[in-house]
Amino acid sequence: MSIGHTLLGLLESGPRHGYDLKRAFDEKFGHDRPLHYGQVYSTMSRLLKNGLVEVDGIEPGGGPERKRYAITDAGITDVERWLATPEAPEPYLQSTLYTKVVLALLTHRDAADILDTQRAEHLRLMRILTDRKRRGDLADQLICDHALFHLEADLRWLELTAARLDKLAEAVTK
Amino acid sequence: MTVRGWAKDLAMGVRFAFAGGREGWVRALLTAVGVGLGVALLLLTTAIPSALSARDRRGSDRDDFTYSGKVLSKADDTVIVAQTDTTFRSDDVRGRLLQPEGDKAPLPPGVGTFPAKGEMVVSPALKKLLESGSGKLLRERLPYRISGTIGHAGLIGPAELAYYAGATGLEHQLSSGYVERLDYFGPSPNHQQDGLDPVLILLIMIIFVVLLLPVGVFIAAAVRFGGERRDRRLAALRLVGADGRMARRIAGGEALAGALLGLVLGSVFFLIGRQSAGLLVVRDISVFPSDLNPSPALVALVAVAVPAAAVLVTLFALRGVVIEPLGVVRTAKPPRRRLWWRLLLPLGGLALLYPMVGKGNADGNFNEWMVISGTVLLLVGVTALLPWLVEAVVARLDPGAVSWQLAVRRLQLSSGSAARMVNGIAVAVAGAIALQMLFAGVEHDYVKSTRADLNRAQMEVSLRGDIPLSEAGRRLAGTEGVRHASALALGSAEDKPKNPDNSVEVAVGSCKELGQVARLSSCRDGDIFRIVGAHYDETSPKLLRAGRTLYFDRDYGASGSHPVPWKVPAAGLKTAGPRPDPTGYERGGLLVTPKALPAAATAGFTRKVYVSLDPSVSDAREYARNAAAAMDPLADVYALTSGKVNLQFRSIRTGLFVGATCVLVLIGASLLVSQLEQLRERKKLLSALVAFGTQRRTLSLSVLWQTAIPIALGLLLASAVGLTLGAVLLRMTGETVRVDWASVLSMTGIGAAVVLVVTVLSLPPLLRLMRPDGLRTE
Amino acid sequence: MTPDGSLLVADDLHKAYGPTVALDGAGFSIHPGEVVAVMGPSGSGKSTLLHCLAGIVTPDSGSILYNGREMATMNDAERSALRRSEFGFVFQFGQLVPELTCVENVALPLRLNGTSRKEAERAALTWMERLEVDDLGKKRPGEVSGGQGQRVAVARALVTDPRVLFADEPTGALDSLNGERVMELLTDAARTTNAAVVLVTHEARVAAYSDREIVVRDGKSRDMERVV
Repeated sequence: MSIGHTLLGLLESGPRHGYDLKRAFDEKFGHDRPLHYGQVYSTMSRLLKNGLVEVDGIEPGGGPERKRYAITDAGITDVERWLATPEAPEPYLQSTLYTKVVLALLTHRDAADILDTQRAEHLRLMRILTDRKRRGDLADQLICDHALFHLEADLRWLELTAARLDKLAEAVTK
Repeated sequence: MTVRGWAKDLAMGVRFAFAGGREGWVRALLTAVGVGLGVALLLLTTAIPSALSARDRRGSDRDDFTYSGKVLSKADDTVIVAQTDTTFRSDDVRGRLLQPEGDKAPLPPGVGTFPAKGEMVVSPALKKLLESGSGKLLRERLPYRISGTIGHAGLIGPAELAYYAGATGLEHQLSSGYVERLDYFGPSPNHQQDGLDPVLILLIMIIFVVLLLPVGVFIAAAVRFGGERRDRRLAALRLVGADGRMARRIAGGEALAGALLGLVLGSVFFLIGRQSAGLLVVRDISVFPSDLNPSPALVALVAVAVPAAAVLVTLFALRGVVIEPLGVVRTAKPPRRRLWWRLLLPLGGLALLYPMVGKGNADGNFNEWMVISGTVLLLVGVTALLPWLVEAVVARLDPGAVSWQLAVRRLQLSSGSAARMVNGIAVAVAGAIALQMLFAGVEHDYVKSTRADLNRAQMEVSLRGDIPLSEAGRRLAGTEGVRHASALALGSAEDKPKNPDNSVEVAVGSCKELGQVARLSSCRDGDIFRIVGAHYDETSPKLLRAGRTLYFDRDYGASGSHPVPWKVPAAGLKTAGPRPDPTGYERGGLLVTPKALPAAATAGFTRKVYVSLDPSVSDAREYARNAAAAMDPLADVYALTSGKVNLQFRSIRTGLFVGATCVLVLIGASLLVSQLEQLRERKKLLSALVAFGTQRRTLSLSVLWQTAIPIALGLLLASAVGLTLGAVLLRMTGETVRVDWASVLSMTGIGAAVVLVVTVLSLPPLLRLMRPDGLRTE
Repeated sequence: MTPDGSLLVADDLHKAYGPTVALDGAGFSIHPGEVVAVMGPSGSGKSTLLHCLAGIVTPDSGSILYNGREMATMNDAERSALRRSEFGFVFQFGQLVPELTCVENVALPLRLNGTSRKEAERAALTWMERLEVDDLGKKRPGEVSGGQGQRVAVARALVTDPRVLFADEPTGALDSLNGERVMELLTDAARTTNAAVVLVTHEARVAAYSDREIVVRDGKSRDMERVV
């Protein structure tokens, strides 16, 4: 995720102080990983350098956290371009799990076991996410759902693989 | 739409009917069995007239009564036939003694050679009976050796009991009225067949309507088996591009397939039924399979009408249905059933019947078409009114217990199909009630009530032959199962030796026995009494005057007879009061004790023995008959009863019973089929209900209610319509209207029994469906 | 109660339908208030396991203890009574009586237990309120959407305050939004009444509403909690 573009987008609704920006970011997007202050300031100085933001004012007392930033026209154009550019779908072709399964088959270990353990682990995470979803607001729900659907996709793959273990074993040990 | 297009769609439907895998086959088969049963019954009904006429023809071909009152003279081609009919337990046995008088003597139909004296030819049924243990008593009565069997041509039915025995000396009995000299067998020109009277014709017409209408209703219901599955299939057809009309025609084609297969099955059922008809005896009537031939025109009509009706009924049933590509939509809220046009049908029927009120006792010709269409309209009115009634009542029913609630709610949702299921029964019961009422009303015209006094005697034995009176009485009295027997010789005395104008009745017997037929104040052997005050006795006062000569003639004035003259004594004719004899007859004339008259005078008298039986001996009647036959093969034994039924009337009533039984069985079968189908469609639901603990009893009860509620309503309506129709029919025949509650109760009882049987029979599959297998989805 | 506090324990269950082996030594246990998912590929025997646990089907061998009582020794009437009063059921489809109104459907299990109609329907309405379908009372199942119908079914399963709720693919016929809502309502309701829930599903997102899962494969079960 591009933090720079996210912060720019947040500034579009009006000028903000640095700490204000961090709070807004954490609230809306940073559920798992809150931003460090340092991250905010280094990003902001990069944006300032590129002319995408400008300093709108400084509160008395000094210190970097007292600066108030505002977005420039170039910044608005940049956000627009970013939103309009589709994200490249992740191919997920380098799967550790697949590697593990094949290795287990090659070494004649129980691959079904690996799959079951993995499913249990996935489910454990899914339970946590489900629980959070039930307690959270709409934003929480959407974010958790995103993760849940991805995990579910993994699990579906696991089930499918489990169902095809025999064929796979035949293919890899040939 | 071209004819070709129609044909194409119908043909496609026919293919679909069988293409649906096992499911499709089962459904098509169910429909076919339903239609087949109906078709078989239709064919059977159309065959009955031909069967009855074949039976009648064979019956008249063996007629051996000249009705001429004259005795033919003996010739090369004559035969003497004596009637020796008897009864064994509840079965009538036709018996004849044959005495051929020359080489060219005619043989009765079905008999190859004349049996010699002491031999007899018998019908296969009689042969079987005689050879069985239960026929032992009858064997004693017919002591002849069996020399052959009577062929098909000489019998009216396969179960008829009949024999021809060889005899000699019958020429002496020619005057008795039971013995005839013949030169051919067959209908006598002197005898005119009685036409059926108009009331009987009315009865027969109504019976046919009443029996065939439910069959029609049934066929209509049968082609609608499997409706819900078919709906889904039609929707799928729409999805792949069939338009609404095509879908309908394809549905019609499916029904057509069932109906065609039904025709085939129906023919098979009919042939099976025809074959087994030979084994079946219903109330004395049995039919040869070869007699059951439906007339070709009627067969053609059935073959065309049934499939056509199937298609039309299906199209009619789909009229309130929109077949959409994604499913079948019943027009959201089916319009509330309206009463007015439904009432028009029965009212129209009444309007047609009403003008004929009272025609029966005038000279009585009913307009057949008005009778039939009036009755049909009235009965069809039941099928029109019933859905309305069921809907109206069920909508107001309040759910009580769970089983009741399940049933009521289901009925509320589909009162139409519930009503359709019982329509057949309702029509049959309505018709049967009307008929029974008509029967009960006109019964006294056809069932003659005798005045026999069963407390005094239960049998009357008439002997001819030469056996002395006192011995006849003694021998019968000494028979097993006989309490006592009083023997009398009965005859008459004429006023002239030749061509008499008047005669008086004469009874000869002991004082005690004469007391059975008159009131005597005192009596000694040698007394002669004159009965005073008997009804209808006008000659006694004229002839029984002192000094008058009377003549006893054993041959009733035949040439060469020698009447015995007898002078009424100048004094000493005692008087006696009249008293009905055990048969209810009140005699007049003379009573004579044995010593008072020369034996020659009473030689030609009939010997009558009134027999009183011991009710605790079950075969008492058979012992008495055997004793009588041993004394005189021509003995006429008559069991006294309180009522005597006109034979024609009895066979009509028999027909009704046979038909009503078939119809109810058929409808019961259809109820069962649709019940099972409905259960199968709810397999999943039933399993789910059982899963959460519904008891089998609750579900079984709900199935019972589901059938019982519409049936109860149907029977109620049927009773109302049946009573109305019965009342109108009685008014038509000019009888007073009486409600025969016994028949109303018995017919509704039979209807209710059908429900019970159907419910009981559907329980095992229900219990099987309630097993949790229905929950398995994997 | 069994020593370890389980409400329903099954051990070494075997069941075959003709030549098809559905269960081959499966086991199971659940505590009050616990939601256990039974997972596994289709045809693995999960539904049969549920049917055995619920006393709908008797296993060929093995023991099932409910509340310390051996179910194999109960006769059909006793097991029916148990299902009526102590268990609740939600299936994928085909469970609502089409001719009864929704409220009558929900009231049905109570009425089977002998509760009067008025009282049963009042209780039914309370549950329908909790499942947010109280406005459907007078409608018939054919007139409501799949999600609504399933909620009615959940209300019906819960109306008797069952100790164990058996749910066989309860969201199988629903879209994810409706499915999740049904699962939320179902598990919430079960937790508030401290009922155990046996949840047969092949969907991970549905199974994620459980506390733990059991995997059934080829008629054998695997308790993942003890594995991890």
